[in-house]
Amino acid sequence: MSQAPETPAPGRDSRLRGNDGEGGAVALTPWQIRAAKLRLGLRGLREGWAVFLESRIGVLGLVVIVIFALMAISHPILMATIWDDATYNPVTGYAFDEIEQPAPPSWRHPLGTDPLGRDILSQLLSSTSSEFILGLVAATVTVSIATTVGAVAAYYRGLVDTFFMRLADLIVALPGISLLIVLSALFELNLFILGVIIGVLGGFGGTAIVLKSQALSVSVKPYIEAARVAGGGRFHIIVVHIIPNLLPLSFLYMMFTVTGAIFSEAVLSFLGLLNIRMSWGIMIHTSNTAGYLTGGTTYWWLIVPAGASITLLCSTFYLVGRALDEVANPRLRRQ
Amino acid sequence: MANYLARRTGQIILTLFLIVSVAFFLVQAQPGDYTAVFAQNPDLPPEVRAQVQAAFGLDKSLGEQYLVHIKNSFTGQFGVSFQHYPRTVMEVITERLPRTAMLFLTATVISFYVGFALGKLMAWKRGGLFEYSATVSGAVLFTMFTPWFALMMIWIFSFQLGWFPLGKFLDPLLWRDAPVAANKVFNDMLMTAAAFSVFVLLAVLASRKAGGRRSRQWLLPALVIGLVMVPVAWAMSGIGYLALDILKHMVLPIFTLTLISFAGTMLLTRNSMLEVLREDFVMAARAKGLPEKVVRDKHAARNALLPVVTSLVYSLAFAIDGSVIIEGIFSWPGMGMTLLQAVRSEDLPLVMGAFVFIGIFALVAHLIADLLYAYLDPRIRYQ
Repeated sequence: MSQAPETPAPGRDSRLRGNDGEGGAVALTPWQIRAAKLRLGLRGLREGWAVFLESRIGVLGLVVIVIFALMAISHPILMATIWDDATYNPVTGYAFDEIEQPAPPSWRHPLGTDPLGRDILSQLLSSTSSEFILGLVAATVTVSIATTVGAVAAYYRGLVDTFFMRLADLIVALPGISLLIVLSALFELNLFILGVIIGVLGGFGGTAIVLKSQALSVSVKPYIEAARVAGGGRFHIIVVHIIPNLLPLSFLYMMFTVTGAIFSEAVLSFLGLLNIRMSWGIMIHTSNTAGYLTGGTTYWWLIVPAGASITLLCSTFYLVGRALDEVANPRLRRQ
Repeated sequence: MANYLARRTGQIILTLFLIVSVAFFLVQAQPGDYTAVFAQNPDLPPEVRAQVQAAFGLDKSLGEQYLVHIKNSFTGQFGVSFQHYPRTVMEVITERLPRTAMLFLTATVISFYVGFALGKLMAWKRGGLFEYSATVSGAVLFTMFTPWFALMMIWIFSFQLGWFPLGKFLDPLLWRDAPVAANKVFNDMLMTAAAFSVFVLLAVLASRKAGGRRSRQWLLPALVIGLVMVPVAWAMSGIGYLALDILKHMVLPIFTLTLISFAGTMLLTRNSMLEVLREDFVMAARAKGLPEKVVRDKHAARNALLPVVTSLVYSLAFAIDGSVIIEGIFSWPGMGMTLLQAVRSEDLPLVMGAFVFIGIFALVAHLIADLLYAYLDPRIRYQ
């Protein structure tokens, strides 16, 4: 069944080509059709990219994301080469070369150490990859659920639509962080489970509403009618004709989900409710419970790197989302 | 309207039913039950555990327990809190819900008003230094890591400047021989705030009914009278110093929560206002020679308000989460901190009670925002 959408009947496509004035029914092989589709897709991407480049905020955001990605990659490399595990391990390390902890930034520890004698830079770098993984899990789950729900609700309407939209209304009205706090009391939450929960909440919640309204405007287009008349099954129409038209918007909402996921993780680990070994939120939690936060600027390296990373990465994904919004939604472009 | 209200109330009850059911099954998904702790005690034979289970109805079937749970939840019997034993969950919640309501409502109203006013100005003076700085600071405040920001606020205003207390609800030294309970004072304060708002609202309505160009002529006198009357009344009551103490503890959390939440409204108002300013009726209003201020406030801003109110409906849950976080950091003993403490000490009855009530709070706030929207947009008629 999943193979069926990949190979549309060649007869139908050649008839469509005939309308372009290319002269009669030229039989195209499936490979040629695929190549043509790919070319079209690439052209769309290039045009979108040009619009994206126009918004300087979006480009700036992309640069920041790349820098964070480099940070994530650099940690295992540094650990394998110049950092020894006993001193620089983000969770179990101890800076034996410092006399008192937390030690201020020095040449050997560029961002100092935390109250337990662990290197802050190492913690910061090692947490970056887990934030990315969390964001990716949450965004993927959200978007797969929301796209499916949106397409199905818009295609079937009626009871299915009502059910999913009322469910979405309910989830939108629920305070998410409070719900996650309750869940953390009942289950041991780790990064993956947290990502899935945030993804499910987002996927059946606000994102589903947005994608459904987009799917609704797609599902009344003439080509959907045409596909139905040509004998396309429901599954075929939803998968081949509706969902691809939702993908730009889905991609946009992936960005917003990442912001939400990183923020929720940071808040929950700050409150000490998650069962994970190291993250930016836990770094702030550690210095807070040790009583260093009200020390203000004296111990700035305990809070500024982690706090700034959370704020920066959250706002970056948000800004990239806003820039993509202009690509997906021509009404917002500058006149 | 009444019809719509009835239907929405029905929906809310249905939603509550769902929340209560979810709460039940979440607890059931745990291994064991409340009596699992007895299994670790070698002095207690298994029969004792079975007896306790029978006494609390834990030996009944799942369906039966579920029905009892639903009945108890809707009659407000969430059981006894482990942490605050022997107080019941309802007692703890009725004590703390008004505190959250006060924090949340004040911050939401102020941030909505300030955000709307600033966003209006931003769109009006597009391209200036004001717009630029407001956008940047708005985006930073909007995406700021809330706990960190709250801690920084405490550090600056309480620790360095010493203007406000470091947190908590009241100063225990002051209250040691206070003649009344803190909750009585706080409820009186709530009543005062409500009476004050009603008084100002009546003045506005009265002057609007009087009609004419100056439809707000009674607003300023009413505000002045109210602002004089309230302190005088409290000073005469003899417990004014206690109210002042609570008020002093309240300022910083409200200020922080406002700073966090006004930026969203501001940025949205700016966008919505920019769209409205392109409309023909704005040009018409200018062409007939109306003063710029009138065009901005009466013609453009009122139409820009609608999308902002729509987004308010959706940002309420966000604001409630914000108050939960703020309460935790300022040790403000409202619902949010209750929830956090209950979660940390595994006080499950209180966790569930607090969760259900936060849910009710969110749903009611949602309903009010919906009704407000209907009031503001005469094109919408709920049936």
